[in-house]
Amino acid sequence: MELLGLYNYWVFPVLLMTGLYAIMSRANLIKKLIGLSMFQAAVFLLYITMDKIEGGTAPILQAGNPEQLYSNPLPQVLILTAIVVGIATLALGLAIVVRISETYGTIEEDEIQGQDAE
Amino acid sequence: MVVIVFEIFLLTLLVITAVGIVRSRDLFSAVMLLGLFSLQIAVIFFILDAADVALTEAAVGAGVSTVLLLGALALTSDREARPKGRRLLALGVASITALILIYASFDQPRLGDPQAPVHQHVAPWYLEQTPKQIDVPNVVTAILASFRGYDTLGELFVIFTAGIGVLFLLADGSGRGARSQLPSAEAQGLRHHLIPRVVGALLVPFIVLFGLYVQFHGDFGPGGGFQAGALVSAGVILYALIEGEASALRVLSFRALAGMIAAGALLYTGVGLAGILRGSQFLDYSVLLADPIAGQHLGIILIELGVGLTVTGVLLTIFHAFAARAQKR
Repeated sequence: MELLGLYNYWVFPVLLMTGLYAIMSRANLIKKLIGLSMFQAAVFLLYITMDKIEGGTAPILQAGNPEQLYSNPLPQVLILTAIVVGIATLALGLAIVVRISETYGTIEEDEIQGQDAE
Repeated sequence: MVVIVFEIFLLTLLVITAVGIVRSRDLFSAVMLLGLFSLQIAVIFFILDAADVALTEAAVGAGVSTVLLLGALALTSDREARPKGRRLLALGVASITALILIYASFDQPRLGDPQAPVHQHVAPWYLEQTPKQIDVPNVVTAILASFRGYDTLGELFVIFTAGIGVLFLLADGSGRGARSQLPSAEAQGLRHHLIPRVVGALLVPFIVLFGLYVQFHGDFGPGGGFQAGALVSAGVILYALIEGEASALRVLSFRALAGMIAAGALLYTGVGLAGILRGSQFLDYSVLLADPIAGQHLGIILIELGVGLTVTGVLLTIFHAFAARAQKR
């Protein structure tokens, strides 16, 4: 039972490495970006896991209930902004992929390198 | 207890989805699965008491990012070539790292442990000082907008820069956006499909209304500029998908969006500078009005408005940049 409390910390590396595996093993640039998004989501999960406190609730203060425990707001603030920054950087990456595709006619990394070598 | 079981079920589902995403050679289904992945992780965030984060992830991950990825697929190709080589090596590196990280997890405090180091340092101070110094119920908003306003300003400028970067990469260089070559609105969109049209017409006003509620109610409940920006853009993007690009641009033109991006960033910085001009520090809202608490409230509303404007502007500009690129081809 005690060990189940670590389940989040086991899922985190699995997701992280699934993302990294997609980045390392796939040559398709969009697939790499998808892997990067998953890697990023795993980090978000790690931070949000840390904010939880037993018997706590979302950190929105309730008037007239001074005994209420609240979960840690700080990781939430960090991740909240990181999600929106993440989508902005993903869009930038996709824009670069679109330009690569227009120039090389492919988004497979090995074919692009092959064309560069010629 | 029930919550933990539910969470474990969802986390397992998340891992299965992630494996499905990597294995799928059809990029279209990979992107759709990624949307599902975001929705699942949003529910997990909600279970872990992070309501603000869940709201953002649902709007951004399942909404906007799916549309952007589909846009990129339309501009490139949605089939992945058969991967060659390097797979075993990558699998080995990933597995060993995962095993080391899992081994390290045995030193972690259990989920929800009140004695965990993360709950001991600065977090109790924020929970204690928020009612005294800022007096808004949502502590996440208080930290985001006031205690750590400087960080948020930095994040806003990252988004701002990314938006400019996408425009540099994808705009046609005429400086006039895509207005000149837009075909008639009737030719595009899903307007000739009955179900998306009816459902969309019902949903779009409420998505935008909810976005505005989240924007202006962010001090009291979950919400704020980032969430509102993502929600409003998701609503407008849905409108653009149904009624066609041109109709959406008639509502919010490229020029208006560029104005929103700049106005939001300027509003945020301006509020910060107002603090200096009134004799205190950058982004100190207490001096904006005679009453420090009222000053904090005004400052938070203004900078959240700035964040909302910039985020909406950037996300919609990015969407239109992709869409305009697709029409040119």
